[in-house]
Amino acid sequence: MTVPDTFTNRLLGRVKLTGLLSLAAPVLAILMAGLITAVVLVVTGNPPIETLTLMIDYGSTPRSLTLIVNAATTYYLSAMAVALGFRMNLFNIGVDGQYRLAALIAAAVGGAVSLPGPLHILLIIVVAVAVGAAWAGIAGLLKARRGVSEVISTIMLNTIATGLGAWLLTQWAVPVAGSNNIGTKPIPESAHVPGISLIPGAPNKVFGLLLLAVLVGIGFHLLLNRTRFGFDLRATGRSESAAVASGVNVKKMIVWAMVISGGVAGLVGMPQLLGSSYSYSLDFPAGLGFTGIAIALLGRNNPVGVAFGALLWGFLDTSSNILNLHKVSPEIITIMQGVIVLCVVVAYELVHRYRISAEQRRVSRELSAPAQAQVEGAGV
Amino acid sequence: MGPRPCPNRGHSSREAEISTQTAVALEGITKRFPGVVANRDIHLSVTKGHIHAIVGENGAGKSTLMKILYGMQRPDEGEIRVDGSPVSFHTPADAIAAGIGMVHQHFMLADNLTVLENVVLGSEPRKALVALDLGAARKKIKQISDAYGLGVDPDVLVEDIGVGQRQRVEILKVLYRGARILILDEPTAVLVPHEVDELFDNLHGLVREGITIIFISHHLDEVLKVADAITVIRRGTTVASVDPATVTARQLAELMVGSELPSPETRESTVTDEVALEVKGLCMPAETGGRPLLDDISLTIHRGEVLGVAGVEGNGQAELVEAIMGIRASTGTVILGGKDITDWTTLRRREAGVGYIPEDRQRHGLLLEAPLWENRILGHQTQAPNTKGIWIDRKGARADTRRIVEQYDVRTPGIDVDAAALSGGNQQKLIVGREMSGDPVLLIAAHPTRGVDVGAQAAIWDHLREARAAGLAVLLISADLDELIGLSDTLKVLLRGRIVADVDPANVTPQQLGSAMTGAGEAA
Repeated sequence: MTVPDTFTNRLLGRVKLTGLLSLAAPVLAILMAGLITAVVLVVTGNPPIETLTLMIDYGSTPRSLTLIVNAATTYYLSAMAVALGFRMNLFNIGVDGQYRLAALIAAAVGGAVSLPGPLHILLIIVVAVAVGAAWAGIAGLLKARRGVSEVISTIMLNTIATGLGAWLLTQWAVPVAGSNNIGTKPIPESAHVPGISLIPGAPNKVFGLLLLAVLVGIGFHLLLNRTRFGFDLRATGRSESAAVASGVNVKKMIVWAMVISGGVAGLVGMPQLLGSSYSYSLDFPAGLGFTGIAIALLGRNNPVGVAFGALLWGFLDTSSNILNLHKVSPEIITIMQGVIVLCVVVAYELVHRYRISAEQRRVSRELSAPAQAQVEGAGV
Repeated sequence: MGPRPCPNRGHSSREAEISTQTAVALEGITKRFPGVVANRDIHLSVTKGHIHAIVGENGAGKSTLMKILYGMQRPDEGEIRVDGSPVSFHTPADAIAAGIGMVHQHFMLADNLTVLENVVLGSEPRKALVALDLGAARKKIKQISDAYGLGVDPDVLVEDIGVGQRQRVEILKVLYRGARILILDEPTAVLVPHEVDELFDNLHGLVREGITIIFISHHLDEVLKVADAITVIRRGTTVASVDPATVTARQLAELMVGSELPSPETRESTVTDEVALEVKGLCMPAETGGRPLLDDISLTIHRGEVLGVAGVEGNGQAELVEAIMGIRASTGTVILGGKDITDWTTLRRREAGVGYIPEDRQRHGLLLEAPLWENRILGHQTQAPNTKGIWIDRKGARADTRRIVEQYDVRTPGIDVDAAALSGGNQQKLIVGREMSGDPVLLIAAHPTRGVDVGAQAAIWDHLREARAAGLAVLLISADLDELIGLSDTLKVLLRGRIVADVDPANVTPQQLGSAMTGAGEAA
């Protein structure tokens, strides 16, 4: 039975929270997570307040801020890809494989051709989107045609992507200068996306493709809330049975949602590829797809919420670098991130229950006010 | 005489003197939730060994009252007396200890356990502190079953028994825990007519043995048939206590809504000779093989005609509706306004002017966690005023939702509240308003007034009649025989996936129709 108001639906943000309450849950979660982390710090013999001050001090230097924004840009794209599936009840666990394969093939194509600047960039991005979309589309087709759970198929496709990527890399690889690393042929300068000096006083620049992440966020909002496609997608996520009765072709929607989610996933590696490494090598960042799942949950699959989540994650990751110097294990940050996700689950549930009863009270109050008066009047 | 007003405080204190006969008495019960009074000054006196019915519209406060009586809510004011002595319940366990048991509308049984295991679940008899004493439990169950004539076999799996029997298991479960006062919440909602009769026999058996039954329902005919006393609740308070022998269903309904009641009758024919829908040789094989779900169904609906389909549930009504909507695959021909739509998708059929009021509004007709104006778009995603090209027209959709709310009297504080916050009747009015929008040529209405209160029911009938007069063709599926006979111009009876009889609604009684539905009239 498709009861829309299920725990998963609330968890995945298909059930909305309004007004201040939508802020209350994540704030509550982060406070709770902070408390638990503090306990862990105390237990491991570190002063919690000092450690936090240390992280904030380090994390608020211009150089760190730039690093935070750069990390957040990548996380944001990854979380948006996950969120799109989540809004339709699809768990795209395969963002990880999708973006790695997309970045690899896009890097190889980018290194092999030479085109005028903007066209070159566009080509690389289009290739990445196409590869990500195609890879995710396999899972979509399997689900629509054969009923294969997308959770299983995307996890398997991740593994296949790892193997396929390793093999492709050996086919296309050139040695990276000055190391025994191998990577794709470097992308010529025409396709480098210049950084932006966003943070005053910072020696480093933020990724130029930050703008791409912003566009994806705006596009996500428009697609979901302002288009028929988005309506059908949300309707299917909320109640598949109602969507079918309303004429939505659910199988088609499954394939399209996976394809779009994979397309966004294809963008995840782009800021790094076109703004910093210019080549896909063995040390290209991995695991961003899983970070995206956590951030999508934290941001309730909402473009603005996810942006905050991505920045928070970026801050935690960046500022954890300082902890080693002060003999605090940086794994404490991993603990904190894990605890945040758990707290988010709990806090959203609490706030949701409060909101449902508050809404019902409000409706019955507003409806009963005139009726009440009538009865009272009739009774006289 | 007809209804007499509910006794006020003065009278009820006199009644309290004869407390030896009173099983349960509620005095001035008031329950406030923040901002709203759910129950106000409730007076109820249930005589021992009676079947006491409590009737009222949806949202009148019946369930709150029962929750108070069963210890799930505590009243803010007032007193509950059981067998004459005041009680205060904190949890249902207190109520059970006082001999009050509740049989919920939705059964709470584990399918893969036996009747015996289900009955003892949660209060298992122990032998030597650890071992389960199932032997003693089996004996006790047999004893209870025989004493009250329930006919329950303790050793069959629950998944193997029918709905009526499951209900008896639920009743037995409560009796097993020592209840002497049973609360039955809408017990007939899940039963087919002959099961209802069996239930009533069981209930009479129970009261003969001294059990008291509080029976909540809004099926007035059933209430009149089975109850020894009736209390009517309206807007959170008891408005009348009536004697079923001296009151008609109509008077009772008027007490419930507090106003004169319309009827479903539509006699002046508006049927034209223009065919709106033609279905020819519709078949749907069963997925598991065996008897087809639909077997060679053919029917024609003209503009301005209501074609009613009668039948015991599960005889192909749902399949017929879904086949015509293009939701489930079928063979045969469907022609809408002269166009063959057999191969069309659901969306295209909707765009061609087929409105659809689904049987299960919460699963198929609404997005419960979406605001009303988004629910206005559902099923009309491609049509004005909801969309412009690929874009959702928020302004248009919102304005049109306001129109529906106003025209169809949807009681809501606004169009931004979630559909889940509305009562069932108001949800249904929203769906009816939505499906009537955009000048449909055909409306498929499956149980359009099921589970809605009398007021909403009358409003929905009015809208159906108006649309019919304006030339709408309606396929009406209903389990409410009065509704079918009253609204339909033509009636067909569906049995085991086949149309077995054509009935003229102008001269058929619900009894005749009922026997046709079970196949008794097949030979005739």
